[in-house]
Amino acid sequence: MFQFIIRRFLVLIPLLFAVSVVVFLILRLGPNDPAMSYLRLSQIPPTDEALAAAREFLGLNKPLFAQYADWLVKAVRLDFGLSYVTRRPVLNEILYYLPATLNLAGLSLLLTLILSIPLGMWAALNKDRLPDHITRALSFFGVSMPNFWLGFMLVSIFSIWLGWLPPMGRGTPAHIIMPAVSLCLMSMSINIRLIRASMLENLNSRSVLYARARGLKERTVIGVHVFKNSLIPVVTAVAMHAGELLGGAVVVESIFAWPGVGRFAVSAIYNRDYPVMQCFILFMVVIFVLCNLLVDICYAWLDPRIRLAGGGDNQ
Amino acid sequence: MNILKRLLKQKLTAVALVMVCTILFLAAAAPIVAPYDPNYVDLEKKLSPPTVSHWLGTDHLGRDILSRLIFGARVSVGSVASIIVCILVLGFIVGSIAGYTGGIVDSILMRLCDVFLTFPTFILAMFLVGVLGTGLTNVVIAIVMTHWAWYARLIRGFVLSMKNRDYILAARVAGTPKIKIIIRHIVPPVFAQLIILATLDIGHMMLHVSGLSFLGLGITPPTPEWGVMINDARQFIWSTPWLIVYPGLMIFITVMSFNLLGDALRDALDPTTGEK
Repeated sequence: MFQFIIRRFLVLIPLLFAVSVVVFLILRLGPNDPAMSYLRLSQIPPTDEALAAAREFLGLNKPLFAQYADWLVKAVRLDFGLSYVTRRPVLNEILYYLPATLNLAGLSLLLTLILSIPLGMWAALNKDRLPDHITRALSFFGVSMPNFWLGFMLVSIFSIWLGWLPPMGRGTPAHIIMPAVSLCLMSMSINIRLIRASMLENLNSRSVLYARARGLKERTVIGVHVFKNSLIPVVTAVAMHAGELLGGAVVVESIFAWPGVGRFAVSAIYNRDYPVMQCFILFMVVIFVLCNLLVDICYAWLDPRIRLAGGGDNQ
Repeated sequence: MNILKRLLKQKLTAVALVMVCTILFLAAAAPIVAPYDPNYVDLEKKLSPPTVSHWLGTDHLGRDILSRLIFGARVSVGSVASIIVCILVLGFIVGSIAGYTGGIVDSILMRLCDVFLTFPTFILAMFLVGVLGTGLTNVVIAIVMTHWAWYARLIRGFVLSMKNRDYILAARVAGTPKIKIIIRHIVPPVFAQLIILATLDIGHMMLHVSGLSFLGLGITPPTPEWGVMINDARQFIWSTPWLIVYPGLMIFITVMSFNLLGDALRDALDPTTGEK
């Protein structure tokens, strides 16, 4: 098991390296000149001399490869440069806003699992009956609902009309309810269908037939033989949801004025604050990749076949 | 025809099919169907509630909401259609070359896909629009860049499974050039399966396009796009709350119809998989 974790960890290094190259190339080969953004955000008139000075200062005159090497050496030491807007180290800024986002995304993930597992089981155990139809309708509703619109509908109903919940900001537990609900609906809906499908598959498996033939109680059959095996695809899906939730968080934060890293990143993108954009996307990739790693480890722990086959390649 | 019959057997699917056709019709015939120019500003009539001349009222610049919604269908359908075409073309080129050639080319292309699959899609799309600038073309590019790798990998899988079929081997023995084998014998059968998968993804991509536009990182005002309309309406949520309801409802209904249709299409063409 330990070996498996080490092996999976080592695969990440070249992958993250490649990601950093892609991010760097997108930024540098894009149609905009970072020096121009720098001058604009520093409120220096973009004369030819100022532009040349800014290029020199930002190291944009060097060959592309040297620029990347400089940047990488600094990034490894966790130095991502200064924000063009606030003039503070980008890393500090991101770390300042990150907890709020992780708080929101984490709670949404928890809600996703707490709600979808019982609902998916309920649907599978009552296939083609009313509960199945209800959850099917719910999950179609969920995957088709734009979260940015749902957020506003919740605000209209619960803040403006009923006055029960605060419409924006962060602070009390009441503040997180609407953002978390709008964020989790999509992943919850996907998960319900997934659990249902995987439960149904397991219900028809031979091990279940054998367990029943042994005269085990139906509760034991469902609880031990079906439920545990049905969790495996759910574990895999968690990694996918992590990506969905991180992206969705950006939108939801913007609706509810949630002081998270997504809202910060959107304003950085408006301003073309390149160091912040670069650091933000790398952070999100790292979080996403670590979620994937964690999921793979859980997966290997749940299903020894993967651990022993020596694979563990992310499918 | 058989498929169509099977599709229409379920009432809900029939409704979804009608909805999808209506939306496609609105998108195609927007200039004829819409009662007003979607960008005609009439400040005297701003924020008017539904009236006889403006069935759904007007927005903060006095533009007719109904006309803007109808033209919005055109933008949504148009952008997603171009996204799907680009993804399929790119996916087919990369996937079939990787799958059919194998070896080192395959490894390199698949590692490239791995790198793109490492990014959370919406965040990479945001980032790309940020670098390239806003606007319809750049949104299409951003979403293609974030989704092609998944399709390329899928197509490679299909190609690999077909590569050693007898008729492909026969074509190879007969000396058919590689490129011709790919285009004539591999692409057509894979294509049908992919169209279904793409239908299932249409809704998801529409949500991406309007989500980006909502954030101001997509299609820009004054283009009548549904996400843009929601963003325009958000400041009036306290005074004229109905403004924000219409565009969201349009997105919801459209995405829902495409999702239902995609699901039914998959079940109808492949009854063995059932629903997942």
